[in-house]
Amino acid sequence: MTLEEVTTLAGIEASDVLNLRADVFTMTAAARTAVLTPKDTGAFSPSRRAALAARITRLNGKEDLSDHYGRGMNADDASIADPAFDGGADAELAAILAFTDRIAASPKDATGDDIESLKQAGLAEADIVRLTQLNAFLAYEIRLIEGLSLMGAA
Amino acid sequence: MSDIIEKFTAEVPEWRPRVTPVDLETATPEQLDALKVTPSNTKVSDYVLTLAHDVEILKERSPLFNAIMYNRGGLGRTGRELGATAASVVNRCIYCAAVHASRYNQLTKSGEVMAALFEDGENVRLDPHNQAIVDFSIKLSKSPPEATSDDVQKLRDAGLSEEEIVDLILSTALFAWANRLMHILGDPVATGSADVG
Repeated sequence: MTLEEVTTLAGIEASDVLNLRADVFTMTAAARTAVLTPKDTGAFSPSRRAALAARITRLNGKEDLSDHYGRGMNADDASIADPAFDGGADAELAAILAFTDRIAASPKDATGDDIESLKQAGLAEADIVRLTQLNAFLAYEIRLIEGLSLMGAA
Repeated sequence: MSDIIEKFTAEVPEWRPRVTPVDLETATPEQLDALKVTPSNTKVSDYVLTLAHDVEILKERSPLFNAIMYNRGGLGRTGRELGATAASVVNRCIYCAAVHASRYNQLTKSGEVMAALFEDGENVRLDPHNQAIVDFSIKLSKSPPEATSDDVQKLRDAGLSEEEIVDLILSTALFAWANRLMHILGDPVATGSADVG
């Protein structure tokens, strides 16, 4: 089931090789649930998390994945999935999106100022960790799916 | 903030959080459970205490991390550590790079490969086996990823099995995640200075 999810997204067939790592794919699915639809959502509803996931994947050139995650968002959050949207007049959302774009597209350039800007915008420290984990998990999943897809394409 | 380490090193620095770590005195039962805190084990790193702000993902991440880095079979430890370090170089996570370079150096009993990777970065020249691994990991770690099916083929040509390639993808992808925690949520600082700030 969980291995299937990954192979579907990567556009490849399940194989004996992948089955050897079935435990990893099961744990990956549990981690995905913990960042996209956790019990304690903090400042980020599942819809908003889905929209951020759609944005992050799009920033990484993965339109199919973006559509996949985007199915979890409400119309209210749909603008977030568009990397051209910068949060507009909502200062807190603008800070969240700037931070997300930094981690998604140029993590090597991150500094303490990136965290500081979230604090300035009023985000609680626990929410800063939640947002970072969501972003960081997606960076993993994007590359896991990309790598497996390249194996199938070669 | 001049104590922040700016250059890659195989000497493991300390890590200073940019977010206040969870205080064990006021931690919730769920946090204590995820931290595996018991009366006889109260020593938890600032890094894990920082991640304890989001206990649901912390609980899932630790076993996943261990499975990817230490699972039996497939790619050996040195290959996984090499992929992890190459990712950390791309993302400039100096702390992660130091931890995994030092493990690689212990396993191989040589500092040569890591010294070259830190010095030359993406232009590093290594033996064909390590070159294929590092090239693939570097490209997969880019944002967006730049690896191609040709890079996978080069891994096969260098002798990696399909199972080993899956493990390399996993360890490289895992550090896309780990780097974004360590490098975003804190700073690498000289030993002894982590509690100053």
